[in-house]
Amino acid sequence: MSTSKSSKQNPRLKARHRTGSVWQTIFMISTLVGIVALLALLYNIGDSAFGYVVVEYQVLPESLERDGVALEDQTVDQLLLTFQENVSKGLYRRFEAEGAFENPTEVDLENLIVEWVLEARVVEGWGFWESLRNRAEIQAQAAKEFPNGQLEMRSWLNPNFLVSRQSETAMKAGVRTAILGSLWTIFIAITFAFPIGVGAAIYLEEYATDTFINRIIQTNINNLAGVPSIIYGMLGLAIFVRALEKITSGAAFGVLEDPTTANGRTVLSAGLTLGLLVLPLIIINSQEAIRAVPQSLRQASYGLGATKWQTVWYHVLPNAISGVLTGTILSISRAIGETAPLVVVGASTFIREDPSGPFSKFTTLPIQIYQWTARPQDVFRNIAAAAILVLLILLLSLNATAIFLRNRYARRL
Amino acid sequence: MSTLTTHKQDVSMVARNLNIYYGDFQAVKDVNLEIKKNKITAIIGPSGCGKSTVLRSFNRMNELVPTARTEGEIIFEGIDIYAPEIDAVEVRSRIGMVFQKPNPFPKSIYENVAWGAKINGFKGDMNELVENSLRRAALWDEVKDKLDQSGLSLSGGQQQRLCIARAIAVKPDLILMDEPASALDPVATLKIEDLMRELSKNYTIIIVTHNMQQAGRASDYTAFFNMNPDRAGYLVEYDETAKLFTNPKEKLTEEYITGRFG
Repeated sequence: MSTSKSSKQNPRLKARHRTGSVWQTIFMISTLVGIVALLALLYNIGDSAFGYVVVEYQVLPESLERDGVALEDQTVDQLLLTFQENVSKGLYRRFEAEGAFENPTEVDLENLIVEWVLEARVVEGWGFWESLRNRAEIQAQAAKEFPNGQLEMRSWLNPNFLVSRQSETAMKAGVRTAILGSLWTIFIAITFAFPIGVGAAIYLEEYATDTFINRIIQTNINNLAGVPSIIYGMLGLAIFVRALEKITSGAAFGVLEDPTTANGRTVLSAGLTLGLLVLPLIIINSQEAIRAVPQSLRQASYGLGATKWQTVWYHVLPNAISGVLTGTILSISRAIGETAPLVVVGASTFIREDPSGPFSKFTTLPIQIYQWTARPQDVFRNIAAAAILVLLILLLSLNATAIFLRNRYARRL
Repeated sequence: MSTLTTHKQDVSMVARNLNIYYGDFQAVKDVNLEIKKNKITAIIGPSGCGKSTVLRSFNRMNELVPTARTEGEIIFEGIDIYAPEIDAVEVRSRIGMVFQKPNPFPKSIYENVAWGAKINGFKGDMNELVENSLRRAALWDEVKDKLDQSGLSLSGGQQQRLCIARAIAVKPDLILMDEPASALDPVATLKIEDLMRELSKNYTIIIVTHNMQQAGRASDYTAFFNMNPDRAGYLVEYDETAKLFTNPKEKLTEEYITGRFG
């Protein structure tokens, strides 16, 4: 009896297990698709960011040795002399008049020499993987088609790229201004949105009663988190750039020499716009974290004669802080990659001055990448790939810092 | 202050015509009760009869439920704690509470005890207060070497005694206990009961329990609650525990304590 019953049940049990393993396979495939997509992205970026290039020089770098020191090892003074000896007096005086030789760095001078003396140009380039595979063919082709050119393995992501400013020439262009612009806007966005967001979350969770109006507010905050970012750009343009121009341009604080030139397209406007963009995210995530604090803890606190504020400050917030910080980390990731709202708010597409404060003009990494990929010349695609790597590294290091801070706070409890 | 009558020396708290509502639902109906000073009063009754609701109304904890509404008077040491000029925060610092599930703060044992006193403006020797409170809660010998460890590292019974120490440290006159042993094993339960007996020398204690043996063992007075068919809880009988358990006046009480319903 029992054996016949179990043999009757067995096929169904097998079918149940089979269903399980089918789903397991499907989930595994989903994961694999994700991994493949990520690898394809890295492959693509890596392919563009590194590889063989043929560089043609008007003057060969080897001919610019000074006292037996190669060009790239020369000191500032030596570089200055090299530059002076190899350009016309008129050009030298022009740069002198522009103040290019007041405290120049080695990088600045090397860039000047590359542009005006060597007149280096990338005339042909190959992707990284092709460069690895078809080395001999590339060498043969380069020797045949560009007898005056030099074939070199180039990493578009290099120290010079990080510290150089924007330039018309891809070989000299860098992301220094864009990195600083990104850091400034993120800093302002978080300084603005974090306290307001956490404050709003505390109010909504701990103080607000369940009324019709409060429910509408809650629903709207949830919806705001899904509003397309370009709309925040329009909002930022209307409010921060136009309506509050006196404040966002710094005219109200007297930082402008001529108030009539006030222009609201500043780091401050961009930071505040991104702040608005991440505010609903921070509020929602903080609310989740505050809601996750057990009710028994609040009761224990009230039972000892604590006021509402003491309960929130000493028990709810310390227990919610790691969740709040996780939400903030996600917001940083969102904000640092935003391009559209900043285009609307007025990020400069070509700017050489570093942002020096909240009232500076600015550009950010995504804007810079967007602008480079839109250029017709192939080489700009290479530096765009290098800039993407910089953006990814910046993002990862900001997140790592935030996670480190979160773990430190969480452990203290 | 206006509504008091003559205040009897041996009475800690008086509930008069107490009605408690959650929204439209009446949870407790017409309760009149006199809690004797330095005695242990147990509140027993079937599930859902409003025992915990009554207990929470004694230190205005039920106000934390947004829809809760309390009518009637609760007079504690001659003062109506629901009078408009009385602050609920002040009430809760004079009337301590221990909850069903041990809920120590995720802080050190020391801070668990010290925090309540600190926020209530305690100015004396904190180390001494912590030690005294832990001693009174019969926990000092077990934790004196690890005061800086998390309160959550203790066992369930120790955690509950830590919660009692925490409540004592605020120096209340009355301690409310909401089924304090229901989440504990029998040994830890007995320890809590011994502790209650010890504490009743200095404090008035009201304990809600669904365990009749516990009420019989550990209390001086017992209030038996039941609920109407409309689920509103009411006080059936209130007497000295010995009398109520051996010679109940109400038939319902007798049926409940002999286990015929509930």
